[in-house]
Amino acid sequence: MLREIVIDPVTRIEGHSKITIQLDEQGEVQDAKFHVTQFRGFEKFCEGRPFTEMPSLTARTCGICPVSHLMASAQACDALLAVEIPPAAVKLRRIMNLAQLVQSHALSFFYLSSPDLLLGMDANPAKRNILGVNEAHPTLARDGIALRKFGQEVIALLGGKRIHPAWVVPGGVSEPLSGDKRERILAMIPNATALIERTLCWYKNVLEQFRDEIQAFGHFPSMFMALVTPTEAGHRPVQLEHYNGVLRFIGASGNIVADQIDPTLYQVYIAESVEPFSYLKSPYFKPNGYPGGIYRVGPLARLNVVDSCGTSKADRELTEFRSLVPGVILGSFHQHYARLIEILYGIERIEEILDEPDILDRHVRALAQPNRLEGIGVAEAPRGTLIHHYKIDEDGLIKWVNLIIATGHNSLAMNLSVRQVAQHYVKASRLEEGMLNRVEAVIRCYDPCLSCSTHALGRMPLHIQLLGHDGSVLDAVTRKQ
Amino acid sequence: MAQPIANGQIMAAKTLTINGKHLSAEESATVLEAASEAGIEIPTLCRLEGLSEVGACRLCLVELTGSSKLLPACVTKVAEGMEVKTDTERLRRYRLMILELLFAERNHVCSVCVVNGLCDLQSLAQQLGITHVRFPYLYPKVSVDASHDRFVLDQNRCILCTRCVRVCDEIEGAHTWDVMGRGTNSRVITDLNEPWGSSETCTSCGKCVHVCPTGALFEKGRSVAEMQKRREFLPYLKLMREQRK
Ligand code: SF4
Ligand code: SF4
Ligand code: FES
Repeated sequence: MLREIVIDPVTRIEGHSKITIQLDEQGEVQDAKFHVTQFRGFEKFCEGRPFTEMPSLTARTCGICPVSHLMASAQACDALLAVEIPPAAVKLRRIMNLAQLVQSHALSFFYLSSPDLLLGMDANPAKRNILGVNEAHPTLARDGIALRKFGQEVIALLGGKRIHPAWVVPGGVSEPLSGDKRERILAMIPNATALIERTLCWYKNVLEQFRDEIQAFGHFPSMFMALVTPTEAGHRPVQLEHYNGVLRFIGASGNIVADQIDPTLYQVYIAESVEPFSYLKSPYFKPNGYPGGIYRVGPLARLNVVDSCGTSKADRELTEFRSLVPGVILGSFHQHYARLIEILYGIERIEEILDEPDILDRHVRALAQPNRLEGIGVAEAPRGTLIHHYKIDEDGLIKWVNLIIATGHNSLAMNLSVRQVAQHYVKASRLEEGMLNRVEAVIRCYDPCLSCSTHALGRMPLHIQLLGHDGSVLDAVTRKQ
Repeated sequence: MAQPIANGQIMAAKTLTINGKHLSAEESATVLEAASEAGIEIPTLCRLEGLSEVGACRLCLVELTGSSKLLPACVTKVAEGMEVKTDTERLRRYRLMILELLFAERNHVCSVCVVNGLCDLQSLAQQLGITHVRFPYLYPKVSVDASHDRFVLDQNRCILCTRCVRVCDEIEGAHTWDVMGRGTNSRVITDLNEPWGSSETCTSCGKCVHVCPTGALFEKGRSVAEMQKRREFLPYLKLMREQRK
């Protein structure tokens, strides 16, 4: 019998998708797949456009993390210009990128995931949202809103416009930072720091309640990948690097698989497979083949691959985080924890960069015509590594575009995670509310931003199907639009 | 009231009313000029101070008492006893429609446009309160010509106002630009529809780029919302040319 239930929490994933859970003859979960059914066509859409439009054009693939696209795109454009970007511009871009990290993580943790964490996975769906959080724990809700606002305000102060700032341009940024704005950002730092420290404290206390979920929510061995600081200038230890840097892959036991990789060589290490059931490309670590080359990106991956964060408070938290389990932290549930630590790191780094002597330098843009016909830009978006790769013609018009976005890197891991949760919680031929919530919640661990990962032009609802061994639909749940 | 004097000669004045306001204007004046003299604003798009008027966009349409036809104010000369209305319900409706058609005819994506926030078309749309376009978009597949060293032509944003054609011909004297084709297939072209970069007549003066009301013509390398158009030069240039004659 087909049963239709409206589950609103699904709206807490950015974008839409479909999940199928396949049962075997014994009625046990055999497989589960996370399909992204949105239309993809962004790369095609860019062809023929002047490359100078790419930062803004790609920023529009995603309303949630436009700044990350600006960063990767601007760097790909810088590579086309093949000129040196003024140091102050690089620093300002870094600040904006970190502010984006803070605001996006705050959105993910407080708005999208804290309802599950605070009110429990089995709570009434009508209450399981930020408003419910506000009722149950007003300080937490307020802190979340304030932290998000901090990030947004830093972006607005730098870029002038909150969501799609046209301030990041090929060659640098279009306007230097004023002393006044610098002061205003600095003045917000102490409060933001206090809020995230309070949240970390709260979270560490409730973590114990999720022992079950931690084990079942995407807890499996895999590689991890992230940008890290380069060691060429004798820079040790290897630390977090969200703006540029070099790639590092580690294995499930913490062994370093590939290190100090120039990200422009990404194609040597990463291949992309296309699954018939999803529009999302599934990248994998090339030397290990498909699907053995599964790796994860994002906050947890970043904290797993580095030696240390690079700022004092965040490093203290990292040490505590790592003491949870010996070795690499494999449970995707800990993305939440990792996000909180990164928020703290982001705030600390913003302050450090603002204190650098040349931050108010007026020279923030290098002007040039393109000097190369191919450019690659890589940055860490809140959700993981973001790769922009462009080819242009002699006139500077885009000929070819390849984007690999964070949710794409994670797509194999997300499938595995959904399967794991389904195996753990689906016990009957019906879709139970608590189980559904957990399936969604595991996806939310990755904070997938589907509209951007599929470069969507349209929207589709999320749809969960439970299939019998013969392929018949035993149950289905659709989110009404 | 003193007679208007031009070149030492006394010119005949015409009296008329615009929106019920009594005024007088030189006989050579257009309704648009008379109106603007009296502080009455009529929206325009193809017209630009310093260039000849062609009446291409029809945004400046006005109503005349005793005539069912709507007339473009920029090319209609004043006449004795004329009664003009510039802001009726009907005119507002037409203007809105004209703008909407302009948007529907090409591919305007303001948010990634070089003149976002600096665009004549966009600001008119805001001024006239366009919230959406009621006509189906044509989504024509049109080209971007980036072959010129310094400038780019993006047909997606061209509204065929012919300002580029006129400034190039009348002020620069190069006559690089022209219009080819009919109806929705009309396109501005350089020389004999050759890539701009290989044009033999273009002097690379950049006047067309600056008079273009939209993001159809822009300087290479400009990012979104960065193409500030400078047009103050035009009336001066024109004056200089005239004095030389
Ligand atoms: S030319 Fe004007 S109306 Fe057209 S896309 Fe650009 S800003 Fe928008
Ligand atoms: S290119 Fe610009 S100036 Fe020329 S006709 Fe088109 S819109 Fe008008
Ligand atoms: S301004 Fe009069 S027709 Fe365009």
